[in-house]
Amino acid sequence: MKSESKKILIISYIVIAAFLLLTMRLWQLQVLQGSKYRKLSEANRFRIMTIPAPRGILFDRNGIPLVKNSSYYCASIIYGEFDKGKVDLLSKVLNMPVEEILEKTNKKGMSPFVPTRLKQGLSFSEVAYIESRRSDFPGLIIEVEVSREYTYGNIGSHLIGYLGKPNLSQSKDPAFGDVPPDAFIGQWGAEMLFDKSLRGTPGERVIEVDSLGREIRMLIEKQPIKGKDIELSIDIDLHKEAEKAFGERAGALVAIKPDTGEILGMISKPSFDPNLFTKGISYDEWIALSRNKNKPLLNRTLQSQYPPGSTFKIIMAIAGLEEGVITPETKVDCKGGINYGKWHFGCWRKNGHGVVSLHRALVESCDVYFYEVGKRLGIDKIYDYASTFGFGKETGCELVNERRGIIPNTKWKQEKRRQPWYLGETFNTAIGQGYVAVTPIQMAVMMGAVANGGHIYRPTLIKDAGPVLLGKAKARPETLEIVKRALYGVVNEPGGTGWAAKSQLTIIGGKTGTAQVIAMRDGSKYLPERFRDHAWFIAFAPVEKPEIALAVFVEHGGHGGGAAAPIAKKAIEGYLKNSTLNQACPGDKARVQGKKQN
Amino acid sequence: MLRIDRRLIKNFDWITLSVVMVIALIGIMTIYSATRPLIEGEHPQFYIRQALWLILGVIALFLMVSFDYIWLGRFSLYLYIVGTILLIAVFIFSKAGMGAQRWLSLGPISFQPSEFFKLIYIIMLSQHLSITKGPINTISLFRVFFLIVFLPFILLLKQPNLGTALIILAIFVPLMLAKGLHKKIAILFVIIGLISLPFLGNILWEGLRDYQKSRLIVFLEPGVDPTGIGYHISQSKITVGSGKFLGKGYLRGTQGPFRFLPEKHTDFIFAVFAEEWGFLGSLLLLFLYLVLIRRGLDTAKNARDDFGRFLALGITFMFSTYFFVNVGMTLGIMPVVGIPLPFMSYGGTALLSNLLAVGLLISIRTRRFELFH
Repeated sequence: MKSESKKILIISYIVIAAFLLLTMRLWQLQVLQGSKYRKLSEANRFRIMTIPAPRGILFDRNGIPLVKNSSYYCASIIYGEFDKGKVDLLSKVLNMPVEEILEKTNKKGMSPFVPTRLKQGLSFSEVAYIESRRSDFPGLIIEVEVSREYTYGNIGSHLIGYLGKPNLSQSKDPAFGDVPPDAFIGQWGAEMLFDKSLRGTPGERVIEVDSLGREIRMLIEKQPIKGKDIELSIDIDLHKEAEKAFGERAGALVAIKPDTGEILGMISKPSFDPNLFTKGISYDEWIALSRNKNKPLLNRTLQSQYPPGSTFKIIMAIAGLEEGVITPETKVDCKGGINYGKWHFGCWRKNGHGVVSLHRALVESCDVYFYEVGKRLGIDKIYDYASTFGFGKETGCELVNERRGIIPNTKWKQEKRRQPWYLGETFNTAIGQGYVAVTPIQMAVMMGAVANGGHIYRPTLIKDAGPVLLGKAKARPETLEIVKRALYGVVNEPGGTGWAAKSQLTIIGGKTGTAQVIAMRDGSKYLPERFRDHAWFIAFAPVEKPEIALAVFVEHGGHGGGAAAPIAKKAIEGYLKNSTLNQACPGDKARVQGKKQN
Repeated sequence: MLRIDRRLIKNFDWITLSVVMVIALIGIMTIYSATRPLIEGEHPQFYIRQALWLILGVIALFLMVSFDYIWLGRFSLYLYIVGTILLIAVFIFSKAGMGAQRWLSLGPISFQPSEFFKLIYIIMLSQHLSITKGPINTISLFRVFFLIVFLPFILLLKQPNLGTALIILAIFVPLMLAKGLHKKIAILFVIIGLISLPFLGNILWEGLRDYQKSRLIVFLEPGVDPTGIGYHISQSKITVGSGKFLGKGYLRGTQGPFRFLPEKHTDFIFAVFAEEWGFLGSLLLLFLYLVLIRRGLDTAKNARDDFGRFLALGITFMFSTYFFVNVGMTLGIMPVVGIPLPFMSYGGTALLSNLLAVGLLISIRTRRFELFH
């Protein structure tokens, strides 16, 4: 009996030890780690879902929507509920490899009860098939997502822009803190510029769920606030007409409203289809786009700089008149070129223009006349006038990565090339060749200033933004009148180089330009190469009361009159069609004026 | 035969009975809370059924106390044969539930023969040990093992009912030790055990069902499969831990009703209790079980005969094993083996057979001063 009692005593000790062990474990779980587990149990119960806010719509200046928020279908899977044996069938239905499905669903640390996105942009037949065989695919859900659709595709794509996933630095930036994960943000053009307003405020839904992720009840629901709509300054009809006229050629067009700086059109060719980006661009598509040698992603209107060619003669004429080195009556005898030292500076018309005054010199674009003006002015005066028209610096338009262009002078030459300025270079500059480089948007601003009496406004993409005056060009109204009359002649008088822009609908004034592609390292290479020249045409209309000023540039387009002028005409006609309509509506005009007064 | 002796009432083990009744009532309360519907809706009837089984079980308990347990010893062989036949019958007439064949239906009532078999097995083993003279030698050890333990063990493993099968083994070993082994055998036992462990482990491993394997793997490394068993373990720990020191309060637990915790009213009932009553409440509950087990051991110590002593020991071992494995599993320190917490987990047959076992314990204690008839 004694040994029995002893055995039972031993058993009692073991039992008590086991109880102590359980007690210690309870202490550990409930007291030491209790807060952690309490939090986990709370997190178990709530699922926070973001409701994306509908993005604001971009309108053109006439209220035509440029984008749409369209919905598309996505397939997601709750892997914890999915019948793993059916992965082959699923792969066939979704037309995606089994490995891809497994890879997407087998991510570490992922709850099996939270839906995982498998495929975006299902076709209707795929959706119909899955819906009709619901019971075959437990855990597979079809979700509707909203994506951005660019109604006009390639048209105006550089200006309208596109959406994309936030990149690494953006996702860390607190400015994008309110962007829900997986949401797209504006990555280009107006979509990027006005992203903050367009984005809106996402809503939130806090849902109490059970362990299978089934919704029990909704605790909090905060409705999303739709992003602000934005009326852009552009005119989509102008775009349509002009882009059709461009065809397959590379180039750029910038049209502005002379009295406000509003950008009516901004075209860079070749362009791209922003719809490619909205559902997530594939790597191959991106490579094809970004490595294309025609550079469709480059916004040529402000990221490319070219010699202005003969369009620069407008600056020369203004500078000459203002400085008094010429009068409208000053005559020069053009014999087809001049000789300076051992070099020959030709006029584009080999036979010469004969004796011409300023008006004819501009209308027929006589080079020899402006060599003379350049010689009388000197490079530094030319520089001063070009600068007051906004050349050599950014125009300040909202879009990023704008180039400044180059207007040379003696100081610049000394700094950059460590060489003195030669008169031959002045001749080149006088006809917009050589070192001079401008962007199409600078040209449009200059044209606008000529048309509006010398005011330099900052170009803007927003309709009725209110003009921002950046400066006043050095040009008296009488001077500008003389020049404008000549620009009228370019298009409308016999012998004018811009005859191709002559319109039946309105009176257009403009100036052609042909930019030779010259490598100008030293004096031995002044002669143009056998390249096809770039074509320029800058214009404004109607001449009496300008409502639009624009610059058209066609890469390797040949002569400005032939290649660029017809595009300018189409763009102007496209715009004025709407503009005249607007004038017929007094309310709209009152609104414009009311805004201006503010 | 039915005599309500005055002495019987005087010596009645009120402590064991009241401890068991308190645990069982806590169990019904906890089942009520664990199965309550989330929003409006019908409350599942589990708690009512459990209460009915409790009433039935208490009646059975008193019947058990009123009989002298010595009769069970005398009929043990017949009981054992009937019990084994029922275990076999399960394979023939059963309806499979939860991937295992455990149930037999008798008209409207389904019951698990294995629940009653445990008791019969303890009676059989105790009877056998009580008539064996002196310490166990090799021959008698093998005889006991192969005659009494082996067949039901295999049958239960085949059901499969790993929990009960392991209980059968778990009761066998300490009862043998309690009876006393020849030193040589004890040493031999240990050596054979150590050598065969890898082989035995392998054989056992191969014999396990997939879900049993995964339970073991996941116990060793809970991160492996959070959907399956690992999910059970981590959710159970969250449930217990989130109760903190004072608990969330009765009917305020969320893990059970929100279905994060699987088997909330059966195997994981302790977690639901711990969530609502916290560390303090859990400690109190552990204390109640400790009292029950200590009382059982004391009953064994003071039993009037060897049969009663082995019987009390066997029953106490059974309760202890269930208790430690179940709570250990809930707290994440034991593998997930599907065994219930005695008196608390939902399950009619188990409650009834456990109350019968308590009846036996009380009967043994109450008759500790009686002489043989």
